[in-house]
Amino acid sequence: MAAARYVAPFAPQGATPIDADTASRVLRIALEQGGDYADLFFEYNVSGSYSLEEGILRSAGRAVSMGLGVRVMKGDATGYAYVQELTPEAMAHAAKTAGQIASGGKPHAPVGVQSRELPMRYALALPSLETSGEHKRDLLMRADTAARAIDPRIVRVEASLSEELREILIATSDGKLVHDRQPLIRFGVRAIAEDKGKRQTGSSGGGGRLGLEYFDAQTPEHHAEQAVRHAIAMLDARESPAGELPVVLAPGESGILLHEAVGHGLEADFNRKGTSNYTNQIGQKVASDLCTVVDDATLHGSRGAINVDDEGNLPTSSVLIQNGVLADYMHDRHSAEHFKKAPSGNGRRESFQSHPMPRMTNTLLLAGPHDPEEIVKSVQRGIYARKFGGGQVDIGNGDFVFALTESYLIENGKITAPLKGVNLIGNGPEVMRRVSMLGHDLGVSDGIWTCGKDGQSVPVGVGCPTIKIEAMTVGGTQAG
Amino acid sequence: MRYDIDGLIELGQRVVDAALKQGATVAEAVVGEGQHLSAKVRLGEPELVEEAGSKSLGLRVMRDQQVAVTHTSDLTPSGLQRVVEDALELARLSQADPFAGPPDRSQLSKVSEHIDLDLFDEQVDAIDAAAALDMAKRAERAALSSDARLKNSEGATVARQSGASALVTSGGFRAGTRGTYVSLVVSPVAEDEGGKRRTGYHWSARRHFAELDKPESVGEEAARRTLAKLGSRKIETQELPVVFDPDTARSIVGMLGGCVSGGSVWRRSSYLAERENTRVASDLVTIIDDPLMPRAPGSRAFDGEGLLSRRNVLVEQGILKQLLLDTYSARKLKRESTASASRGGSGGVGAGSSNLYLVPGTMTDAQLLASTERALYVTDMMGYGFNPVTGDFSRGASGFLIEKGQRMFPVSEVTVSLNLDELLQRIDAVSSELEMRTSTAAPMFRVSAMMVAGS
Repeated sequence: MAAARYVAPFAPQGATPIDADTASRVLRIALEQGGDYADLFFEYNVSGSYSLEEGILRSAGRAVSMGLGVRVMKGDATGYAYVQELTPEAMAHAAKTAGQIASGGKPHAPVGVQSRELPMRYALALPSLETSGEHKRDLLMRADTAARAIDPRIVRVEASLSEELREILIATSDGKLVHDRQPLIRFGVRAIAEDKGKRQTGSSGGGGRLGLEYFDAQTPEHHAEQAVRHAIAMLDARESPAGELPVVLAPGESGILLHEAVGHGLEADFNRKGTSNYTNQIGQKVASDLCTVVDDATLHGSRGAINVDDEGNLPTSSVLIQNGVLADYMHDRHSAEHFKKAPSGNGRRESFQSHPMPRMTNTLLLAGPHDPEEIVKSVQRGIYARKFGGGQVDIGNGDFVFALTESYLIENGKITAPLKGVNLIGNGPEVMRRVSMLGHDLGVSDGIWTCGKDGQSVPVGVGCPTIKIEAMTVGGTQAG
Repeated sequence: MRYDIDGLIELGQRVVDAALKQGATVAEAVVGEGQHLSAKVRLGEPELVEEAGSKSLGLRVMRDQQVAVTHTSDLTPSGLQRVVEDALELARLSQADPFAGPPDRSQLSKVSEHIDLDLFDEQVDAIDAAAALDMAKRAERAALSSDARLKNSEGATVARQSGASALVTSGGFRAGTRGTYVSLVVSPVAEDEGGKRRTGYHWSARRHFAELDKPESVGEEAARRTLAKLGSRKIETQELPVVFDPDTARSIVGMLGGCVSGGSVWRRSSYLAERENTRVASDLVTIIDDPLMPRAPGSRAFDGEGLLSRRNVLVEQGILKQLLLDTYSARKLKRESTASASRGGSGGVGAGSSNLYLVPGTMTDAQLLASTERALYVTDMMGYGFNPVTGDFSRGASGFLIEKGQRMFPVSEVTVSLNLDELLQRIDAVSSELEMRTSTAAPMFRVSAMMVAGS
């Protein structure tokens, strides 16, 4: 219950605060071998996990990690070092190690840093880590009880809650000093149904940079119901067709399409290096006129929201594609400097053990003019995609996949039989040009998504309205 | 000796003792320490040098049969006090699990029984940033200088890790281990038609430096693989034999590994639940989990609960013979542990594989391909298209179309689909060439027919 248990020692309210003077001193050490730029990333992360299976809370866990990552840049080269202990000696050692990338250069001029105020996009009513374990156990129990009560074919229920508080302090040699506390929760229910020798699974989850007030709107019972509905629907799933077909994507979760088809390719590091298929395409048509894509870190309480990125820059909402025309890339400090742009606040990293890269926050395809029902009606034979298991993209050629975990056949304008899990594959720019209808029903996925890049994971959000793609390759098993 | 295993054991013992004193009936601590260096070069210039050390402790406690797991990187006295207090607080919150408990003391291995598996190489541990950058440069140069069409690069990275860990349990087990691992990857980029870039890669990874492929040969192979992708195209939707190269073959063996692990079986989250002693693959398929291979990536003398490691034959000529079990899943399924407990750095325990591999067959890679009339030869797969509960498998793929044993042209933007149960039963050729670069490995194999979806 004690809130004071979870305060970073380096925070302004902590036991051993890192002030502007201390930060400047470490930055000077980092730059004394000739680096152009340096930053310090202090992080304190407390996380908890609770998992309920077979009607009991089987295990509970908690983890604490803390450390400092020091980055020094010289031209396009980066030196990175981290330490877990925050003693003056350990910090100086990390600064020297990172600074070696510039060895032989001239010491940088003295640096001074100044604290800055941040916006607040995740004010919590009931911070999860400060709420009693019994309360959280009850939430899991409620999901379990509800799921079992719905249908006797449900043979197993698993419910889990994870919580995290990530407290960061960033100091940069260009003078910034910022401090942020980033909370995150994720709740999930998985149900397994068995009937007539068939076994299927269904799931539902959500969360965000929210406290336990999240459950006022999305109750444990709601997720239980959704997981059961999904598992039961899949019991009747038939083999999915194989080959090119029209695909209609449901609003919300389908935003994963944007994330893979255009999002990664617009991260500016790939474009700086000329390795993305969107390189040198600014101002070019890369999607149908219907498509306007934004990356929006400002959605209050969303999983991808941030007050500040992991380099101390302030993210906003940036337009990536405007009516089909490529408007901008997502930048970290390094790529922004290369393209002579202001950093867009997309410099993110997994932890103090990793260097920042351009990353997405909440990537959304904005609403279009069509009635969602009309969109489904317009399809003779195709696929309706509702839930997803994740995706991947090849940045160089733009080919991407995403896995459907709940999808249906569309026959004569009607959603009919459920289909077995299947992958869709397409080429980003080609698929985006084939977006022929767009619903007016923009939805944002509940907070479940984690994006991986170069071995680093960060929480992100996705969203979109109902989307019709004229043709995509459906990786089923039934020809014709 | 760079790593003080006795020191790690002592630290673990102090935490175990503190947990017992505060009311735990069982306490198990894993203490890990490591050094990591990664050096990346792109277009001949250093791009990133990362260097650091870390140390952390994971604790699992039980209060009777209430279980909790905690982890910390704060090894100060107050940090250690916190990790113990948190564990006990959470154990009070969790609910008694009748199957929870440590292995019986009589099952624990003795240090004198632990085989030296030669997992640590001083030469790897000694690689510094300058040496790593030099290797990466040589590898990238070998790739880019081999063909004028290779003008760009995602870079070359050399990474080395070394570390030690110790396990101390209230049952009386106290032992440690140390190891090294070095890897080299090169990823050139070639411009193709229509503004597309073709990125290929090749890599080598070993516990011992002397066994790592030479930077030049890794670079040259990466160049060949990248150039071979130029002009990739979709093919028509059709049923075809599919040959999986070792990298994609191993990911299929890994899926099977997940489905035979005790945790997924007792959770009924595996299509192989209740399939023991039945046919799950063609008779060309024998799959072994062997933690005792010297110098192999997944080797360990004892498992995550302190039991003596042993070789387990999971699938023998297509018949599922054995699951991977830790103490908990063995109790759930009324079996004996197969000494397959794996304890993550975070302290949690579950059944998992060590060195999991498909036993090589009799034909070389070249002979296998030459004997193939027409097939899709898959060299890369994308996405997460596997459902362990049903076995349904569907992933993005790229590679080559093979006709009369010859590579005809590169293929991309297609999917390969077939339920894993069927896929394994349709394996009709397994190559004799197996390399243990990673802890899950397989030689090339061929599946007689799969649905390939394209245009």
